[in-house]
Amino acid sequence: MEAFTTHEGLCATLSRDDVDTDQIIPKQFLKRTDRGDYGDAGFFAWRYDDAGHPRPDFELNDPVFQGASILITGRNFGCGSSREHAVWALLGMGFRAVIAPSFADIFTVNSLQNGLLPVELPALLVAQLSARAKSPGGHRLTVDLPAQQVRDGSGLSADFVVDPFWKKCLLSGRDPIAMALSQEEAIAEFEGSRPDWRPVTTGEGLFS
Amino acid sequence: MEMDADEQIESPVRYPGGDGPKTAYRKIWESHLVSQESASRALLYIDLHLVHEVTSPQAFSGLREARRSVRRPDLTLAVMDHTVPTWERSRPTPDPVAAEQLRQLGENCVAAGIPLLDMHHRRQGIVHVIGPELGLTQPGMTIVCGDSHTSTHGAFGALAFGIGTSEVEQVLATQCLWQAPAETLEIRVDGELPVGVTAKDMALAIIGKVGVAGAQGTMVEYRGSAIRALSMEGRLTVCNLTIEAGARGGLVSADETTVRYLEGRPASPKGGEFDRAAETWLSLATDDGAAFDRTVVLDAAQLVPHVTWGTNPAMVAEVTGRVPRLGDLGTEAERQQTARALEYMGLTEGTAIEDIWIDRVFIGSCTNSRLEDLRAAAAIARGGRVHPKVRAMVVPGSQSVKRAAEAEGLDRVFTDAGFEWREAGCSMCLGMNPDVLAPGERCASTSNRNFEGRQGAGGRTHLVSPSMAAAAALHGHFVDVRKLEPALAGAVG
Repeated sequence: MEAFTTHEGLCATLSRDDVDTDQIIPKQFLKRTDRGDYGDAGFFAWRYDDAGHPRPDFELNDPVFQGASILITGRNFGCGSSREHAVWALLGMGFRAVIAPSFADIFTVNSLQNGLLPVELPALLVAQLSARAKSPGGHRLTVDLPAQQVRDGSGLSADFVVDPFWKKCLLSGRDPIAMALSQEEAIAEFEGSRPDWRPVTTGEGLFS
Repeated sequence: MEMDADEQIESPVRYPGGDGPKTAYRKIWESHLVSQESASRALLYIDLHLVHEVTSPQAFSGLREARRSVRRPDLTLAVMDHTVPTWERSRPTPDPVAAEQLRQLGENCVAAGIPLLDMHHRRQGIVHVIGPELGLTQPGMTIVCGDSHTSTHGAFGALAFGIGTSEVEQVLATQCLWQAPAETLEIRVDGELPVGVTAKDMALAIIGKVGVAGAQGTMVEYRGSAIRALSMEGRLTVCNLTIEAGARGGLVSADETTVRYLEGRPASPKGGEFDRAAETWLSLATDDGAAFDRTVVLDAAQLVPHVTWGTNPAMVAEVTGRVPRLGDLGTEAERQQTARALEYMGLTEGTAIEDIWIDRVFIGSCTNSRLEDLRAAAAIARGGRVHPKVRAMVVPGSQSVKRAAEAEGLDRVFTDAGFEWREAGCSMCLGMNPDVLAPGERCASTSNRNFEGRQGAGGRTHLVSPSMAAAAALHGHFVDVRKLEPALAGAVG
């Protein structure tokens, strides 16, 4: 998986609560079968008008946010559908970290799997960071995963919590699948002890 | 495993729930524990992995790139549901991109030996409808799928939750997932549901009370006499909507209703083995006196039909109520969010719910497309006529549901009243097939999400129960089904 250690970059804000994954990437882009660049599809309906031109009133289209790699947003970001395409779209747009008061559970795991760091900070602090991000020249932040800290150049610093399992994975780029495969003996032993009446999908006459 | 010595034992190991009497969640957790990476991170075994066309292609290609194989095709079932047309299946799928995605699912399943219910199979249907009806969903199992509504299967006392494509790849490769214990949330509904009020209304009321993020980080257990009184279909609806309050999943401990439902299903144990399995299932129910981290209580007798008015499922009102007035809201953030939702929905603040007129009706989705749902809708539709300005469609959850409904003549009830009767699939719940709303169209829908654009770019969704949807189809606007007495006598399952 994609490693994450320390990232420094420009902030962008999306000042809304409960942004669902249907907004982050609408359904019409879920028919593709590749893991390529979904950046153009990100926030599609909010970002472009019917003619395909950027909507000037959509926050992320603000020129001050162009080139941003840290998204600051509202609570419960990424709620709804489990589509990992939402994370691929955010990465495609150039984001490496998202800062919010809270994140939806499936979105959190999808982000971590792809090296997009979800950073949970208290709502008041997020509001403060959001205000700074909107200052005319833009605002830059450092997200320091080893120290579990967000910092800016003007003395602001805030600690955040990250699950130790995912911290290890992100710092080393360690693959959760390889980690599970390394447990082959334990998995095989577990399989040997499963009740044999548990259903299988290959049973005869199951689909007749 | 690569572990640092100091990380190996951060005692004590964490399990879901406290010590003492155990929750069903904890029992399932303990019986699926393969290994413990650290105090809070465990490797859990997955009993059933459901796969569909939309969230699996990148998982299969990831496996190929890493030269890994599918560990347990016999614990995996694939189905085509999200993008399949519901109208005409004898011709090629009209959308070439969707057709290619469907083709890849077929190819991946053949290569890995995974059973596939393609769109022409007589058992095809929505992934969360076919698991239960085949008897593959059983109490005490761990069930995952690359779909957030996997929580549906919790109705059987299973630990079931949605995952993303990376975790789909992990389960294909290892049949296991790394998990941390979630907090436990008890949602207790006691009392008796009034006539005309359904499991859907109960679930919408719960989401309205808890909030769209209120159950974040939790595993829910639904308890209380009103939950016990629900049929399996009703429990499936309630568990299905758990994700809309932000929870990882939700379950109902197995009881006699669960056991009765499973008897004679194709994948259920047979003969004496069934009785022994049933004993095990019942023993996995939450123990008396088990502690939960949090509890929310509702009184079923106070519930009424619910209708969502906004752009997330917690933006919901009683059918007798009104769309909120901005001035009545407590915070500036709430006012802004509500104002944005009302603008998108094309609604004026303070509008009575029954004064909202609709253009479309969708009866279907993994939330409400089972036989009981179709019976409830048909009881309202029987002998009536869809309002001339409304286009209404009924999409059964599976081909089996469709056949059973046709055997009862429900298809004729619907078509005689002017509803379209379709083939099984996810359809207009998420509009990945040709079934979509046009911009600005307003729909009474029995599905699960009213997010912006969910049923089609610019479309406006109001979530309701099947009987409320059918009533709206006939009247052209929302009506309180409790007023439609004789029809109701047969409508309540």
